[in-house]
Amino acid sequence: MKSSDLGELAVRNLRESFLRNSLTTLGVAVGIASLVAMLSLGVGLQELASKRLSQSGLFDTVVVMSRANVRGFGRPPRDDSAPKQTSPPLDAAARKEMEKLPNVVEVYPQIRFITEARFADASYSAIVAGVPDSARTSGAFDGIDGRFFSSATADEAILQVEFAKDLSPQPSSLLGKDLVLRYAERQALGPQAGANDRPVSDANGATKPNTSGAKSNDAKSNTAKTTDAAGSGFSIVPRQRKLRIVGIVETEPAAGFGGFGSGRLLIPLQVAETLRAAQANDLRDIVRGSGSESTFASLTVRVNKPSQVEAIETAIKGMGFSTFSLLDATRNLRIFFAVFDLLLAIFGSLALAVATLGIVNTLVMAILERRREIGILKALGAADRDVKQLFFVEAGVMGLLGGFLGVGFGWLIGQAVTFGTNVYLKQQNLPPAHVFSVPWWLVLGAIGFGVIVSLAAGLYPASRAARLNPVEALRYE
Amino acid sequence: MTTTTDNSFAVRAASVSRHYQMGAALIRAVDDISLEIRSGEFLALLGSSGSGKSTLLNMMAGLDRPTSGDIFAQGRNLREMTPLELARYRREAVGMVFQSFNLLPRMTLEENVELPLRLAEVDRSERAGRVREALERVRLEKRLAHRPSELSGGEQQRAALARALVNRPKLLFADEPTGNLDSATGEEIMRLLAEIQHSLGMTIVMVTHERPLADRFADRIAALADGKLVSDGINEGVQRSEVRR
Repeated sequence: MKSSDLGELAVRNLRESFLRNSLTTLGVAVGIASLVAMLSLGVGLQELASKRLSQSGLFDTVVVMSRANVRGFGRPPRDDSAPKQTSPPLDAAARKEMEKLPNVVEVYPQIRFITEARFADASYSAIVAGVPDSARTSGAFDGIDGRFFSSATADEAILQVEFAKDLSPQPSSLLGKDLVLRYAERQALGPQAGANDRPVSDANGATKPNTSGAKSNDAKSNTAKTTDAAGSGFSIVPRQRKLRIVGIVETEPAAGFGGFGSGRLLIPLQVAETLRAAQANDLRDIVRGSGSESTFASLTVRVNKPSQVEAIETAIKGMGFSTFSLLDATRNLRIFFAVFDLLLAIFGSLALAVATLGIVNTLVMAILERRREIGILKALGAADRDVKQLFFVEAGVMGLLGGFLGVGFGWLIGQAVTFGTNVYLKQQNLPPAHVFSVPWWLVLGAIGFGVIVSLAAGLYPASRAARLNPVEALRYE
Repeated sequence: MTTTTDNSFAVRAASVSRHYQMGAALIRAVDDISLEIRSGEFLALLGSSGSGKSTLLNMMAGLDRPTSGDIFAQGRNLREMTPLELARYRREAVGMVFQSFNLLPRMTLEENVELPLRLAEVDRSERAGRVREALERVRLEKRLAHRPSELSGGEQQRAALARALVNRPKLLFADEPTGNLDSATGEEIMRLLAEIQHSLGMTIVMVTHERPLADRFADRIAALADGKLVSDGINEGVQRSEVRR
């Protein structure tokens, strides 16, 4: 029989026992709905966790360091028998090269330095950290008291709340006020330039001598000069910059793991770069002979999704740098959610298993009722295969309709649970969350699964119908 | 594979038996019957209830298989056919009419008659014409959209006849086609069968227990009793004029 005729006859047969077939289809729909609801919850929670974790900057970033840098992060000591690897300088050129890699969203240096901030005639020691402008849209600063930086180059600061409490017992009152950041600027000093610049830098009028109190760094000398064997080097010049306090946050949201501690005073990354504040790696560069060429202690490479981290790490290692990421942690997270989803799917499938028995029951009943009809079909020339296919298609149609209905019901359950969850979260003064997610693959998968399960349920009734002896079937009243 | 080369026979049964085991008892529904039915012949199988006539008819129609012996039709031995080949034989070479009409109650006449065409995978465009032609032959062309329950017994049997003819088979097997009808309607059906035999040159095998109808319409009458063929002969007194009436 042609498939169009088969479908037509199957739908006609289903319409014939409308109530019974509708109830069976509803059973399938409830099963699919429970499966969709459970899996949607799993997917929703996974997405929620991933979103929160990606906001933390831990799982979608690769920290790049020069191979010459300290090893660490629990790595075993280098095998001395292995050939020594040289690393290219981690400079602006390397940064540009990394930016060109596919799936790289941005590459920025980890700018962190301990310095002094003055507020209301008092000095405070603080770890200053540069914050990339991408944090504006990543949701990382969602819970901020105040606002994010007005621009990537604004002379503005966001304070960590504990640091803000040091400045004032009422942190919110700091918003809109100014503080002065005092820092040591690194000025390039080549062999020639060094000789020429020395008197100038010595008598740098813009530079005020450090007169800070007890909390200041040990930077009493106005200028420090360093030269290497080749004659290159840099000067350290005290500088200061006035910053307006625009926000207060609980912790530095995207602290990552490449720095030496959470920032207490956050400033726009571009501003931090223009400060050219002396950092821990500067002296090392001088000793190594990289001299006046400015290099980065580390670069943070942000990729568009955690799954791309491994490929990017490999590419950067190929460029001769050391990398570090929390790849294993993301793997474990994925394994956890895979097991979690599996458990939810098993519970969701229980209802579907009951629905499957319903289909078997309905079709077996249909065989009893339609015994004579099967005999007539066979007498008219229907092969066993035709009869089997007819019952199969009927089961499949019930599965298909049940699948569509079930996805709809599952979506409604999701909306109801999300609504209930958000009401509860609101009562707890917590931001709303999407704990449900029904991705397209789940919609298609659930409908497909409904059809497959229904076809499997129709397997026995269909083959039983096909095996009926036509003479006996025709005698049946 | 056994074949028959004599094409003058539409169906040939050679020492056919059909036995059933009912507990310890062996029921010999058909017991060693040999019968040759010529092409275009109208054969009536006469016998009382349980004589084995319907069992023999079912075997010749490819609905059942003999326990022993062979049945040749369309140049092939039905006993050796696979289930799929037997289904094709029933679909393409055989038309069947039953005592209880066996129309599908939820379908209209048109849909009932169209059913064999669906099974034979005849093109949709061709079907409507073939259905109308078959219904015209039994004079039911105006009842296309009616369901069987809206028709009289005679009309239902005529519709069943149209369904049997729609695939243009060579053989028509009728199992007590007048059994559920009053005598006048039964005669009407018999005249229709005779008309079809003559106009289409079909071979008709009809099971009946009504001797007078067999005498009036069949070319040949074979009588069965207890599964055995007890008589077989040309019906000299067949009233050809019945066809024209």
